[in-house]
Amino acid sequence: MKKLLSNYGMILVLIALCLLFSILTLKRESPTGAASSDRMIEQVTAGFGKEEIILAVGAANKESGEFAARVASGLKEKGWSATREVVGTPRDLRQALDRLQEEGGTPSAIVGSGDVQKWSVWEKIGTDYPAFAGVREFVPEAKLWPDFLKRSNLLAIVDRIVVIAVIAIGMTMVILTGGIDLSVGSLIALSAVIGTLVMKAMGGLEAGAGAVFVGFLCAIVACGLIGGGGGWLVSRFRVAPFITTLAIMMVARGLAFKLTGGFSIYQVPKSLTWLGQGTTLGIPNTVILLVLLYGAAHVFMSHTKYGRYIYAVGGNEEAARLAGVPVKKVIIFVYLVAGICAGFGGCIQASQLNTGAPNLGMMFELYVIAAVVVGGTSLSGGSGRILGTLIGAFIISVIQNGMNLIGFDSYTQQIVLGGVILGAVLLDRIRSKAAISAA
Amino acid sequence: MQGIRKTFPGVVALDEVDLTLQAGEVLALLGENGAGKSTLIKMLGGAHRPDSGSIEIEGSDAKINSPQKARELGISVIYQEFNLVPDLTVRENLFLGREKSSFGFLKSSDEQAEAEALLARIGAKIDPGELCRNLTVAEQQMVEIARALSVNARIVVMDEPSAVLTVPEVEKLFEIIRELKSQGIGIIYISHRLDEIFTIADRTVVLRDGRQVGEEKLSDLSREQLIEMMVGRSMEAEFPTRESDPGEEKLRVENLNRGRRVRDVSFSVRAGEILGFAGLVGAGRTETMRLIAGIDRKESGEVFLNQNAVEISDPRHAIRARICLLTEDRKSEGLILQHGLVENFGLPNLSGFASGLFLNQKKERESFADYTEQLRIKISDPDQEAGSLSGGNQQKVVLAKWLVQNADVIIFDEPTRGIDVGAKYEIYQLIHRLADEGKAIIMVSSELPEVIGMSDRIVVMHEGRKKGEIENVADATQEQIFAMAMAD
Repeated sequence: MKKLLSNYGMILVLIALCLLFSILTLKRESPTGAASSDRMIEQVTAGFGKEEIILAVGAANKESGEFAARVASGLKEKGWSATREVVGTPRDLRQALDRLQEEGGTPSAIVGSGDVQKWSVWEKIGTDYPAFAGVREFVPEAKLWPDFLKRSNLLAIVDRIVVIAVIAIGMTMVILTGGIDLSVGSLIALSAVIGTLVMKAMGGLEAGAGAVFVGFLCAIVACGLIGGGGGWLVSRFRVAPFITTLAIMMVARGLAFKLTGGFSIYQVPKSLTWLGQGTTLGIPNTVILLVLLYGAAHVFMSHTKYGRYIYAVGGNEEAARLAGVPVKKVIIFVYLVAGICAGFGGCIQASQLNTGAPNLGMMFELYVIAAVVVGGTSLSGGSGRILGTLIGAFIISVIQNGMNLIGFDSYTQQIVLGGVILGAVLLDRIRSKAAISAA
Repeated sequence: MQGIRKTFPGVVALDEVDLTLQAGEVLALLGENGAGKSTLIKMLGGAHRPDSGSIEIEGSDAKINSPQKARELGISVIYQEFNLVPDLTVRENLFLGREKSSFGFLKSSDEQAEAEALLARIGAKIDPGELCRNLTVAEQQMVEIARALSVNARIVVMDEPSAVLTVPEVEKLFEIIRELKSQGIGIIYISHRLDEIFTIADRTVVLRDGRQVGEEKLSDLSREQLIEMMVGRSMEAEFPTRESDPGEEKLRVENLNRGRRVRDVSFSVRAGEILGFAGLVGAGRTETMRLIAGIDRKESGEVFLNQNAVEISDPRHAIRARICLLTEDRKSEGLILQHGLVENFGLPNLSGFASGLFLNQKKERESFADYTEQLRIKISDPDQEAGSLSGGNQQKVVLAKWLVQNADVIIFDEPTRGIDVGAKYEIYQLIHRLADEGKAIIMVSSELPEVIGMSDRIVVMHEGRKKGEIENVADATQEQIFAMAMAD
């Protein structure tokens, strides 16, 4: 346990942040989930006859609308065939009530979600429609629940960080060897552009999933080759990684603009969005992707000899070489992986945005490096954890998301984020200093 | 210094230590590693502060709370690791932090004149305009001494100044020390080499486990008594004895060449034999070994293993050929100091600990535990950082990681550098055991008594060339080796 905390101490920070934002975004709201619609159906079926008129009302947003639809279809299924579904604006509800009055019908019950309850039509139903004064109102009981912890918000956090988190896997390996890779941001753009150009060439809008696959493959291979080439320069000619990847960053960005003439590519197949926006078995593909990639990377880094080699090269390159570690191959390998991860990140980005544009991924290299550093990996190499990086990425995303919910403007967000990165690094220094003096 | 006590979290580093130093005296501060010597001198240098006790200089109470304060009080400490900036010149290093200037502009000519005077005072022939990077280790040390004097030091502390010096360079150092003595400067001298202590020091204070266990005039002590004081038990001999019974020739090298440091070196070593390499620092011994181990590329020459020529141009080739080298610099070449012991131990052996794609970490740990016991490595936790071990235990971990390879040829380069007397003996025993198991051992050492005491045969090198071989080690003397090295 102690070891776990010393390796992944930043998880406490992440938990603390989640708690903080949960408390700050606490709101009394009636739930709209499946459980609450089931309970509504239960109450109605218990209290009213099958012939009675029931209104299921929802506002024109996803949660509330789906809630109303679920209630209506559930009631109809059970035989309450006079149930009417009203989803839309307050105007829609008024029209529905007017129609009911003209028909001479009388609703026995009206079921609505929390936001519908606040409509003035709802509140004044007894005064505006004296005939309906006897209607029973059903609204799921309001509960205290933070906006931050809503399913849609949690998914937004993942969506926002998935590209950075995927690239951060490669970056962690590079930084563990004592290097740095500044080119990943530009490679996102190059990858997205190459991928979508290939799809366009293979039929554009009409092309199928095969074109998407080939496009992604070309993009990832291209970025891997560029990354590996950089690694070769670093290991063979001892060019400083900072300079090598700075140059690649410029070349890749220029190439992306050159290939597209500066325009975005929209002629892409529909299935492009599957990776970044689709779901499998109800779980968003991005979440599945993160779990799979980080799981594989963690096993690779801590349970194979190649992972050990990466740590050893960063810890002491000369000692590693003398112990028979193929140092040059290790260095080429980590930049290759960084390139592949960046290429993959570009594919996800293209899928999320349904386009390939040469200006994607600006400044992303810095966010990726920040995620790695906040996750506890030392910039001087040799120490750090892959899962720490995932935590670091989430810390950054949670802070941005939380501040959005509270209503901080984007300038303030940048200031806070910068402060957090500084704080994380300071914490790391203090901790390692404490570790040294304790030894 | 009186009643000095210093505690670190969990340990009492020093307890009730008294130390006096007269003007114009050389005091040897002795003790095994971890005895508290470094802590004591760090207090003099202002790097640590005592928890209790007092320090008086020339009768007045001195509070040394920073390195600056120490300098003001006339205390200069020359630490083991030099503090010179390699890319600055000698002059710039001498005046670093207290440059001579007027109106913000450097007065280079003033500095130059004073630098020359300082270097002349210790008889060093070094050009103040030279970059420190280009100096030999001995010259760098002279610059350190000159810098120590430049602040009008009354007390100079030297922490193992001779560890990196050759015999004539040590002689030169002693001349400087005698010169400083005659100028009334008090010197505290720390060294593991007892010969030197008896040559240069007047008095000794011995520390053991943070306590002062003796203060004697050296003229009243024998070597054995001194060792006994340091180790806390009597030691029969400095070197273990062994009957050697060499077998077949294991390794032969012919006409190795690389640059000026290795020129036409040929020799052979047999199974079960310990071949010593003597010579001055810079004689090309380490460089020769690095060629054999594939760390550097040889320009020409051949290496034969069991009479078969082998091509070694990378450390991996050497490991495959079962030749391993324990480098002289454990800290930068032998270990990854901030990584755990098991990780360091496993690094060259991971293929052996892998089952399929994945590492069998249980097997690795068991193997490490096995060697920990076999070599009697003192550790508190297999995952503790390698840098937190003492020199002797670090050396054992390095040895353990190579023993897993079951190497036939084991090259020790300065195996006991920076290791205290008690642990040295254990390393010697281990080397003997390996030789008895039939391994071919090559041992490079700058400590002549060690080479003579341990080897079955000695190769003497000088300026990149092999100058001779001594077959009859029993009758070898330091003078003989010296004469051989210097012969034309």
